[in-house]
Amino acid sequence: MFDSLDQVPGKLGFIDAQGNTRQPLPAGVDVAWLQASYQHMVRIRQLDKKAVALQRTGQMHTYPPCLGQEAIGTGIGLAMQDDDILVPYYRDQATQVLRGVTMQQVLQVWGGDERGNLFTGVAARDFPNSVPIGTQMSHAAGIAAAMKSRGVRQAVVANCGDGATSRGDVYEALNLVGVWQLPMVAVVNNNQWAISVPRSLQTGTRTLAEKALAVGIEGLQVDGNDVVAVFHAVRTALARARRGKGGTLIEAVSYRLSDHTTADDATRYRDAAEVSRAWDYDPVKRLQTWLHASGHWTPAQEQALLATVKKEVDEAVSAYLNEPPQAPDDFIAYVFAEMTPPLLAQRDRLLIRLARDAAAQGGDSHGQ
Amino acid sequence: MASNRRATCKDLQTHDVTLVEAVNLALRRALIDDPDVVVLGEDVGTNGGVFRATLGLREAFGYKRVIDTPLAEALIAGISVGMASQGLRPVAEIQFMGFINSAVEQMLCHAGRLRNRTRGRLSCPMVLRAPFGGGIHAPEHHSESTEAMFAHMPGLRVVIPSSPTRAYGLLLSSIRDPDPVVFLEPKRIYRLVRQQIEDDGQGLPLDTCFTLRQGKDLTLVAWGAMIHETLLAARELAQQGVDAEVIDVATISPLDMATILRSVEKTGRCVVIQEAARSFGVGSEISARIGEEALLYLRSPVQRVTGYDTPMPYPSNESLYMPSTADIVEAARATLETA
Repeated sequence: MFDSLDQVPGKLGFIDAQGNTRQPLPAGVDVAWLQASYQHMVRIRQLDKKAVALQRTGQMHTYPPCLGQEAIGTGIGLAMQDDDILVPYYRDQATQVLRGVTMQQVLQVWGGDERGNLFTGVAARDFPNSVPIGTQMSHAAGIAAAMKSRGVRQAVVANCGDGATSRGDVYEALNLVGVWQLPMVAVVNNNQWAISVPRSLQTGTRTLAEKALAVGIEGLQVDGNDVVAVFHAVRTALARARRGKGGTLIEAVSYRLSDHTTADDATRYRDAAEVSRAWDYDPVKRLQTWLHASGHWTPAQEQALLATVKKEVDEAVSAYLNEPPQAPDDFIAYVFAEMTPPLLAQRDRLLIRLARDAAAQGGDSHGQ
Repeated sequence: MASNRRATCKDLQTHDVTLVEAVNLALRRALIDDPDVVVLGEDVGTNGGVFRATLGLREAFGYKRVIDTPLAEALIAGISVGMASQGLRPVAEIQFMGFINSAVEQMLCHAGRLRNRTRGRLSCPMVLRAPFGGGIHAPEHHSESTEAMFAHMPGLRVVIPSSPTRAYGLLLSSIRDPDPVVFLEPKRIYRLVRQQIEDDGQGLPLDTCFTLRQGKDLTLVAWGAMIHETLLAARELAQQGVDAEVIDVATISPLDMATILRSVEKTGRCVVIQEAARSFGVGSEISARIGEEALLYLRSPVQRVTGYDTPMPYPSNESLYMPSTADIVEAARATLETA
C-alpha cells in the first residue's frame, strides 16, 4: 500500500534498513559523525516519547509526534549552516533542537505557551512551526528572495509533509524558486499519510520529487530513514543554493509510525500489519545496527547514552512543568509593536475581570 | 411530519444525540433523501471526520458520495462551487475554522456571486461546514471564531446551531437552500448535551432567531457555544430577581433583526455576547442596528461581552480570552444600573 521504503532505483541511500552500507559514505560522514547522528536521534525519540506521555497524563495539549522520522530532521539539522534559516512545519523537532531550540521550548509550544517560540542563538531568525499546512513554503521563498536581494551566501530550508504538496501554496512557492532561482531547499517529509489519507489518494504522480520538473528546479527522492542520505542531499542542495544555482525539492521517503497527533487514532484507517512492516525500516535501529556491527558502538556506550538522554529529557520536562505562567496580559502585549488604544482598554478590562474573579473566589472560600 | 413526503415510518426513529451526532444524523438524512447530496472534505471518509461528524457515512453511502479530498481547502470550496453549479448538493467540511481562510477567495469571489453574475443562470447550492470556536485546548489555528468575515460577504448565508435539535434542523435546511451556506458548528459544545431528535427530515427556518427564554427585564443575544454561558447567566440573574430574555441568533446572515428589536422594545436593555474578537463583529452589527432602529426604547446603552482583538492565545491563556458567565452577569447588571 505505502510508497516503498526499500531502496528503489533513483532513490538516494547509503545505509539500508538492515544497517548495511550500500555505497561509500560521502565526505564528512565518518564514525564520529554517525555516532553523533545516532545520539541525536535517540535524544529526539526519547523527547517525543515523553511528550506523548505528558499529553496522555494531562500535562500537555495535542502533540504531533515525529516517531520514525527522526532521520529527516537530524539530517537536515546537521547539513544546515548556522546562518541558514529554517522554516519548519510541525514535525521538525529534530532539526529545531539541533539549531538550539531547547527541549523545554518544544514542550512549551505544545503545552500551549507562546514563550516556546522565543528561540535564541542560531535559531533566533528561524520561523516558528507552521500549523496551517504548506503556507510556510512561501515565507521561505520570501526569505530566500531577501537573501538573494542582499547578495549573501545563505540559504533557507523549508519543510512540509506529503499532504502539503496537494496545496497551491506549495506549488506557488516552488514555482517562484524556479523562476527566480532562489536559494531554497524544500524538504518534503513523505510519511505517507495526511492524517487518514494515504499518499496514493493525494496525487496522481509516481513520486513527490518529480513535482520539481513542473517548476524547473532540481528534484530528488532520498531514503528519509537514512540520516546519511538526508544529510548528503540537503548539504549538497544547500551548497548549490548558496552558489546561486537555485533551489531543490527533496522528497524524503519515510513513514509516520505514530498517530498524526495525540488527538488522532490511526488504527481507524490503517492496518496494523502495515505499521508493523514499516518498523522494519526504523531509522534509529538501522544506524545502531551499523555502528554496532562495525565495532563503533558498545552496549556500555548505549547504556551511557540512554542515561544521559533520560537525564536531559527529565530536566527539560521538569523545567517545562515548573515554569511560572506568563503574565496574563501577554496575549495582548505582543499583537502590535506597541499596545494600541483599543488594546490598552482591553488590557485594563482584562485586569479588572481577573481581580473580580479572584475576589469572587476569595469570597467563596471565606463563606465555606 | 405528515407534510414531509420523504419520511417513511421506518425512518421516523427518535435518536438521543449530541450536537455532533445531530450533524451526522442530518447528513445521513440528506444523503438518503436526495441522491444529489455529496459529502466531501479532508478525512471525512474512512476516518469519519476528525470530530466524527461524518462517522459511518462512507460505509453507508460509498466512495462516490462521501469523498476524501486532497489536503487543500481552496480546492474543497472551489470544487463545491463547480459541483453545485451542475446540480449536485455538496456539503463540504473544512476541518477547523482556522484553516478556512484559503477557501475565502472561492466563497467571496465565486460562491457568493455565481447566481448574481449569471443573473440566475447558474447557482451555488453548497454548504461549507466547519467546527469553530475555542475552549477545547486545541493547538494554534484550531480555535477561531471568524463568522463576521463570512457574514460580511454578500450572497452567503451564515448559520450557527447551538443545540442538537437546531443542528439537525438548520443543517437540513442549509443543504436544501438554493444558495451557499457557511454552517459553523460550535465544537466546544459538540458533546455537551443530548437531546431527543425525531429523524423526520424537518428543517428549521433559516431566517429567524430562536427565543430560548422569555423575559421582561433585559435581552441577552448570543449564538453558538456562548449560548451555554448565556443561559447560565440568565439562570443566575433569575436568582437575583432579574428576568432575562435569551435570543439565539442562529442565522447570523441574513440577520433576523425583527425578533431582536421586538425583544429590546419590550425590555429596553440588551447585552450581546460573542466569543469572536471585540471589534467589527456580529455583535457590533446587532448593536448598531438596535441604535438605528430602537434607540428610543433603550433605557441603557447596549453592552457587548466579547473576546479580545488578539489572536486566540495558545491553550495556557485561552481561558483569559473566553467570555465567561460572570462577564455576562456583570454586563447585564451594568445595563440595569445605568438607568
